[in-house]
Amino acid sequence: MTAIAVISASTHISAGDTAWMLVATAMVLLMTPALGLFYAGLVRSKNTLNTFMMSIAALAVATVMWALVGYSLAFAKGNGFIGGLGYALLHHVDFAPRAGMTIPSLLFFAFQATFCIVTVALVSGAVVERMRFAPFLLFAALWSVLVYAVLAHWAFGGGWLQAHGTLDFAGGVPVEMGSGFSALAAALVVRARKDYGRQALLPHNAVYVLLGAGLLWFGWFGFNGGSGFSTGHSSVLAFTNTLLTPACTLVVWFALDLLRGRRVTAIGAATAIIVGCVGITPAGGYISPSWAMVLGAVAALPSYAIIVLRPRTRVDETLDVLAAHGAAGLTGILFIGFVAQLPWNGASNGLLYGDAGQLGWQAIAALAGPAYAFTATFVLLRLIGLLTPLRASEDEEALGMDIVQHGEEAYATGEGAILVSTEAA
Amino acid sequence: MKLVIAIVRPEKVNDVLEALYRAEVRGISMSRIQGHGGELDRVETYRGTTVKMGLSEKVRFELAVSDAFVQPTIDALCAGARTGEVGDGKIFVVPLEQAVRIRTGETAERAVTPLGK
Repeated sequence: MTAIAVISASTHISAGDTAWMLVATAMVLLMTPALGLFYAGLVRSKNTLNTFMMSIAALAVATVMWALVGYSLAFAKGNGFIGGLGYALLHHVDFAPRAGMTIPSLLFFAFQATFCIVTVALVSGAVVERMRFAPFLLFAALWSVLVYAVLAHWAFGGGWLQAHGTLDFAGGVPVEMGSGFSALAAALVVRARKDYGRQALLPHNAVYVLLGAGLLWFGWFGFNGGSGFSTGHSSVLAFTNTLLTPACTLVVWFALDLLRGRRVTAIGAATAIIVGCVGITPAGGYISPSWAMVLGAVAALPSYAIIVLRPRTRVDETLDVLAAHGAAGLTGILFIGFVAQLPWNGASNGLLYGDAGQLGWQAIAALAGPAYAFTATFVLLRLIGLLTPLRASEDEEALGMDIVQHGEEAYATGEGAILVSTEAA
Repeated sequence: MKLVIAIVRPEKVNDVLEALYRAEVRGISMSRIQGHGGELDRVETYRGTTVKMGLSEKVRFELAVSDAFVQPTIDALCAGARTGEVGDGKIFVVPLEQAVRIRTGETAERAVTPLGK
């Protein structure tokens, strides 16, 4: 009864906006199992389930932590660094619209939860094939609050970056740079797989990788298209840009592949889709469609370079989260500072359209976001490492994390399996 | 002329290949098999069903070698495949009656000697 009274009193809820945001939320949720599929295809077959389960784990612990405190620390009134506890345990999260919006705050909570989940899952790409599952669960729970919620507050929740006018449409700071630079820190703390640099560690199923990338792209229409929180201009612009940018990244990636190896690769194409989607994430609702196409081309270059050069180092950032998310997110954040156009976004112009100050705040975000994500993740993982070993033993790593951590195999044949018990028996 | 058959752990295959390469053993075939050699059974659970995996994934190498190469081959296989735990595998050496190189029709030792030797 009270909830209904709240709605009729505010009368600011829009049926159309709410309907779209309900769909967009479900689309973003799909991105996490899609990422699990993408990552699972990139690892060796003996680690398929463990890799996928790290994404499923994010669905579990990140959602719970988000409801308990994460959402509040990101979006409740607080200081410039972090939000307050006003919405902790979902207090005051109900059918009334959030200030300045036309959708229930309960829906806004759910939509933002799906962002937190997929970001936690992204970081797992740095530690697959050797990190134990239990410390990963602990890490995921704490990281979702200590790193993601803080960065989300800076960029979306009224924190210092947003207050100074940094433009970040759908999460270049918390999601993309947050996951990318955290992944680098995680790879340095957990260290390389035992066979890294000694043996070829190849993707075991490129079809999973392509299908995962395709499903991620689909979900990204909800991710970017929903970040206008309405069916208005910025959502339509971001939605369409989410088509244009990755297409351009793909074309440029094909060209780079041709120049480097004379062949266009499938896993390269899947990577290009992600890089393009990431690049447009911060910029979606702020730049024109033609600049979005240019961004797609530009974003391919630093990510491609890192993917080529990183494996020559001792840094086993296994699934290249830094290249695909950190670098492309940073490119997108800076790109806004050059080409944002007031007629398209109603908010601000970039350097090319007369406002150099906007580029300044984009650059500050591109420094502060990565710095915080890297440092906080590094310290957090070191602390968890004091409590419990982060890595499986060498023997376990050789056997594969599926059997060791989960007692299951992705491709069990059942040959030679002797039935011990069933629950019916 | 002997046929050397080795059953090894799949995770040691790269080490075995490297050791064989260093021992200059060139003619190799390998296949993925399932086997049981007295190691502890692995228990897996799928929903309500718990099973004991009696067979483990193994890799079987087959190498036809001339008599002089038998011992170096065995040494290389042991060096590459050993972890010291139960389940490292076995090596079987069996006499080989005849070998034919299909391309040239060469037989016996000439057929199992790598080109250029």
